[in-house]
Amino acid sequence: MFRNVAELIELADSKQKKISTLMIEQEMEVTGKSREQIIHQMGVNLDVMEQAVEKGLQGVRSVSGLTGGDAVLLQNYIESGNALSGGLLLDAVSKAVATNEVNAAMGTICATPTAGSAGVVPGTLFALQNKLKPNRDQKIEFLFTAGAFGFVVANNASISGAAGGCQAEVGSASGMAAAAIVEMAGGTPAQSAEAMAITLKNMLGLVCDPVAGLVEVPCVKRNAMGAANAMVAADMALAGITSRIPCDEVIDAMYKIGQTMPSALRETAQGGLAATPTGRELEAKIFGLPLNKK
Amino acid sequence: MKFRSVFDIIGPVMIGPSSSHTAGAARIGRVARNLFDREPKWAHISFYGSFAKTYKGHGTDVAIVGGLLDFDTFDERIKESLDIARKKKMKITFREEEAVPEHPNTAKITVGDEDGELELVGISIGGGKIEIVELNGFKLRLSGHNPAILVVHDDRFGAIASVSNILAKHQINIGQMEVSRKEKGKMALMTIEVDQNLEDQVIDEITALPNITQVARIVD
Repeated sequence: MFRNVAELIELADSKQKKISTLMIEQEMEVTGKSREQIIHQMGVNLDVMEQAVEKGLQGVRSVSGLTGGDAVLLQNYIESGNALSGGLLLDAVSKAVATNEVNAAMGTICATPTAGSAGVVPGTLFALQNKLKPNRDQKIEFLFTAGAFGFVVANNASISGAAGGCQAEVGSASGMAAAAIVEMAGGTPAQSAEAMAITLKNMLGLVCDPVAGLVEVPCVKRNAMGAANAMVAADMALAGITSRIPCDEVIDAMYKIGQTMPSALRETAQGGLAATPTGRELEAKIFGLPLNKK
Repeated sequence: MKFRSVFDIIGPVMIGPSSSHTAGAARIGRVARNLFDREPKWAHISFYGSFAKTYKGHGTDVAIVGGLLDFDTFDERIKESLDIARKKKMKITFREEEAVPEHPNTAKITVGDEDGELELVGISIGGGKIEIVELNGFKLRLSGHNPAILVVHDDRFGAIASVSNILAKHQINIGQMEVSRKEKGKMALMTIEVDQNLEDQVIDEITALPNITQVARIVD
């Protein structure tokens, strides 16, 4: 059993095992289920993620009309060959957006770790498909590695926007994705932890301020940047760059920042972008009256 | 540890848009349905904290009613649950409460029909995970760190032993257990925290025991 990132890395190094393997073994111990059952269950989640990306890339629109169609715009732009920041990076961004657009449209998704942050992990995973050519088992391993880091964050800090702000949701998702990217690209467990630390450091303080209380604005675009953040941080870690602040301390800092964050900035639609004139206007258009005047 | 399984993190598969405000809400509604053990004729639902401020945008109302209709988090029918409830003539009222709850995502559900009612308070702690913190005025003193079940039973000798025998047979260790009753010989409650997740088969076996009225998972 691992309780923090340091223990996870120590276990991986001493037993010479991948993080995904350790996560599967811990799941077997906790649930009493067989390795096959656990891998099968994760495979079901992988299929749901793949279907959500496909659906989003065909173009969806939410009931409120606030979000939808951006994943398609981005795919068309990549195909034009004019993309500045690189095809792989933008593909990850587009697939993260696709997932969250489906989520906003009340479609079927797999929470990773939450629904509002469900785009980052599958977005990066499916973008790496062409470059790293993972087989199905390796894609499933990606999810277990992401899950292991998310498990540590959930138990030592929070993965709830209402409790810890967006840093706890998209921040956690991005860190999880970065760590999993590193493992899939052949990096060491320690490099996975560095990637998680670098990512999360750049998401600290991010508030949860959904316009009209809907998981749309700015959530969809936060997933886009979450995916980009994860990709870049993974590359930095694979290049040998380390975080001066250890991963567990970054997670702890995130938790403490969440605790001191005012309630208006924790999923109550009362502060931040939700409280801007345009945010309030959109809210009034959707629900008739702004929520703060009811 | 509040989160024990990797599938608390990568999962659940669900209808959007929010794991805490949609999937978690559906699960709280479903626990109420399971404990009531039949489809209620009416339901009063009170939202507190973030639930009260954002329930419309997150479909928390739709999801909780979906749960009362026994729909799982990934059931597409959740989207139409208010219409389905209306067609079934289930009477539903929502209230946005001002009181500041201990947890930002708190809902109180009272369900009933001509034969009885049931009230519970549930919290949604993130990623679709929930805890039931109060039932019919009984505060459930759970750590939330281990899987837990709630057993409603007749206050008779042997009822407690029969439940613990089933757990022993399946090699499940009890970490904490609390027994309470309103009146001697009437309805009683067992809250049991165990060290392993419980398979459906164990729940079914306990439900089939004499003197046991209802069994529900309250921390998964």
